[in-house]
Amino acid sequence: MDATQLIHPLLALALAPLMAGIVNKTKSAFAGRNGPPVLQPYRDLWRLLHKGAVYSRTTSWILRAGPIVSLAAVVTALAMLPFGGTAAPLSFAGDLIVFAYLFGLVRFLMVAAALDTGSSFEGMGASREVTFSALAEPALLLALAALARMAGSPSLSGLLAGAVANPAVSIPVLLLAAAAVGIVLLAENARIPVDDPNTHLELTMIHEVMILDTSGPDLAFAGYAALLKQWAFAALLVGVLVPWRTGVLWADVALALAAMAAVAVGIGVVESTMARLRLVRVPQLLLAAVACAALAVVLVLR
Amino acid sequence: MQLILASTAIIFLGGLLALAVASRPRAASVLAAVGAIAGSAVGLVPALRAVLGGTHDAIACPWGLPLGEFHVALDALSGLFLVPILVLTAVAAVYGTRYLGHDTGPRVGVSWFFYSLLTCGMIAVVVARDAVLFLLAWETMSLASFFLVAYDDRRESVRHAAWTYLVATHIGTAALIALFVLMARQHGSLDFDHWNAGGMTSALASLCFLLAVAGFGTKAGFMPLHVWLPEAHPAAPSHVSAVMSGVMIKTGIYGLLRILSLIGPPPAWWGWLLIAIGLSSGILGILFALAQHDLKRLLAYSSVENIGIIAMGLGLGVLGTAYAAPTVATLGYAAALWHVLNHALFKGLLFLGAGAVLHAAGTTRIDRLGGLARRMPRTAMAFLFGAVAVCGLPPLNGFTSEFLVFIAALNGMLSGDLLVGATTAAVIAGLAVIGGLAVACFTKACGTIFLGEPRTSEADEAHEAGGTMWATMALLMVACVVVGVASPWLIGRSLASPLAVLCPAPAGLPIDLNVASSPLTGVVLAAAAFIGIALILVLLRRRLLAGRSVTQSGTWDCGYQRPTARMQYTSSSFAQPLVDLFRGLLRPRRDAAPIVELFPTAAHLQTHVGDLFTDRLIAPAFRRVREVLSRLRWIQHGRVQWYVLYIALTLLVLLVWKLG
Repeated sequence: MDATQLIHPLLALALAPLMAGIVNKTKSAFAGRNGPPVLQPYRDLWRLLHKGAVYSRTTSWILRAGPIVSLAAVVTALAMLPFGGTAAPLSFAGDLIVFAYLFGLVRFLMVAAALDTGSSFEGMGASREVTFSALAEPALLLALAALARMAGSPSLSGLLAGAVANPAVSIPVLLLAAAAVGIVLLAENARIPVDDPNTHLELTMIHEVMILDTSGPDLAFAGYAALLKQWAFAALLVGVLVPWRTGVLWADVALALAAMAAVAVGIGVVESTMARLRLVRVPQLLLAAVACAALAVVLVLR
Repeated sequence: MQLILASTAIIFLGGLLALAVASRPRAASVLAAVGAIAGSAVGLVPALRAVLGGTHDAIACPWGLPLGEFHVALDALSGLFLVPILVLTAVAAVYGTRYLGHDTGPRVGVSWFFYSLLTCGMIAVVVARDAVLFLLAWETMSLASFFLVAYDDRRESVRHAAWTYLVATHIGTAALIALFVLMARQHGSLDFDHWNAGGMTSALASLCFLLAVAGFGTKAGFMPLHVWLPEAHPAAPSHVSAVMSGVMIKTGIYGLLRILSLIGPPPAWWGWLLIAIGLSSGILGILFALAQHDLKRLLAYSSVENIGIIAMGLGLGVLGTAYAAPTVATLGYAAALWHVLNHALFKGLLFLGAGAVLHAAGTTRIDRLGGLARRMPRTAMAFLFGAVAVCGLPPLNGFTSEFLVFIAALNGMLSGDLLVGATTAAVIAGLAVIGGLAVACFTKACGTIFLGEPRTSEADEAHEAGGTMWATMALLMVACVVVGVASPWLIGRSLASPLAVLCPAPAGLPIDLNVASSPLTGVVLAAAAFIGIALILVLLRRRLLAGRSVTQSGTWDCGYQRPTARMQYTSSSFAQPLVDLFRGLLRPRRDAAPIVELFPTAAHLQTHVGDLFTDRLIAPAFRRVREVLSRLRWIQHGRVQWYVLYIALTLLVLLVWKLG
């Protein structure tokens, strides 16, 4: 194994909270506020790691297992993503499926943990989470399959390797795939227009309501896992949208990091300029993502 | 081969002894279970030898019947189906001794006799090499399982379910008889060994294929032939459901594979048909599962879904053979065979878990349960593992076979033309939808049954499953983990010989299982990394919480002070958004008396999702048949003299026909 393969996982572990900070700063700028410091997510995690915990009397070991399994699965998924010019530590034919299904495992355990509390609000969030993810999953896998066909490689490292062979076909395909991955990024990471991370009503939340009864280090694990998941989807989007390589390692990594920052700003802009969709409208947005991905498949098969 | 016959004899003897001591239920249970274990142990030796070594062993001798002969053989394909049959029937028998432990009367012993007969029938089906013997075995299996389903025959719903099953299985058998007659006429023999592709026109081969899909598909549960599954599985005792769902329906897959290996090189449209069946069974199966209110019905629909995944694998295998793409063919067939094995393990586990819930709380209605994880933690853990496996999530065994279907499709996508590309893209999208819906379905089941607070007093007073029942569930749970983690090694060792039977040398497909085991090695590495990180996090969490205040409190219900168990999210409300989204297919029926007055009196809400095909296709068809046939009812009037006249007239006509 090459030491450069560890660059991305370490960067992700270190910078994922920063990305959330940039999103929040962007939103503050749009709202004309100073907003929390960019490093606030680090402080939140640090504070939570130093707290004790309160558990509901209703809960069992599932509630405690949820955050741990999530964090472990997300870190494993990160190990399959290439970034900039660096190869992924773990790469094999079909790793894109493991990548997608590890997030399925995260969802299973987090939903089970939410239902473990017996709270109707958490049940509501869990129900919405599984509904929307069931529609996001085909969009993600179809988009990745289209890219795989175009790159002629069945692994994430191959299909994000950054080769643009035939621009007339590949640029529309990349854009369509990016649109699909972008919508999935917003849906899977509790972002407007699907979910509002800052809403004040438990009744309207999806992700935040599922961890209402999680506290202390567990909450830190769950929160960190959510930040890393956001990083993973953003890194995937960057891999699709920025297929160019300079050939110099540090320049490629710097370019990719700049693109990550741009994605974070982009999320902030979307959140500031759009309203949240009504819950019954969300499936239509996700079906649009499926349609984009299907169109990309049609283009590459043609 | 002699060992297989000996094993069948031991299992049958166990059943006979159970019948003999039917007046003492406990003794009957023990005798049958001992027979099942001993028979399985004896039978596993040659079965494993055939799978791993690819040996072929046969016995043929004439018998007194006018047709066919007694011809049995054990090759790698038979062996691969024999292993789960033997293992799961033995495990479920042990579970059953405890499960039926509270029942009295001779019906326990009778049920054990039919259980043994079902096991013998399944063994005979996979080793039979003669059409008549095969049909005899097939009918033994079907009738034995009919009597097993009708165990609790005092309940009207159980009798109805058993009746539905009996009719469905015989419609399937009718197609099989037509298939065997066609094949026998073509080759002039009832012996499978004499059947080959030589001399078969493509039209005849296609007709045979369609008959096999209809006949074997009814047993396997291909949509829309699945209608008996959601009726029969909930009605049968749970260990019988586990056997029926885990291995008996797979004999349909076995039959289809056997016929495929005999009728020559497949055209591409067979593959498309199988993939279409797989997609519809998979997606509709899991959708209907999601909408169910009864745990065992839910599991039955989930079996339809998994059969769909197997059909997709088969379809990709056929497509790969037709397009001379050995990688796709190998991966597709390997995925199907591997899922047959994996589904036997985790669906067996889930049905045994459902049985434990039924045993403990007296119901499998999901919305009447809740909070069982604190009352029966071991069962809850086993069920959770089964649920993660059935959702096809890493690192358990269910993922490995779904992963193989995925990479078969990905390979087709990378190499194929437009048609193959579109088909494989549909498989990828379909599997992704199935995966997402399966998570919704099984989080609903696990979450409502085992988590939260008990919704009724029965659930509150539930007790943990006894040692025997738990031991069998633990065994299957461990198998799910081990088979998942050891899959690259196991597939390389065990699937080579069965695949050689499926794609015999003339078809000329080189089999290289590395295309399956090398990506799976990557999966196992990822799984190992995941487990390692999770263990580190467990230690870290323990370290962090050591010496800090860890307190207990009520669930935070947004400031509400008096939450009750009935305020929890129910399984119906959990599934509602998805059911509503797919209401065009599911057609949920609502019966509600809403709250109208300021001081409301009684109100109720009831939802029900019937089966689309039963309601729209099967029931109307049977109604029409009954209408047409009722016109002939004037013949049946109960006067014996007339019946004698009918017989005399028939004889006269036959005489004239024979002489003329």
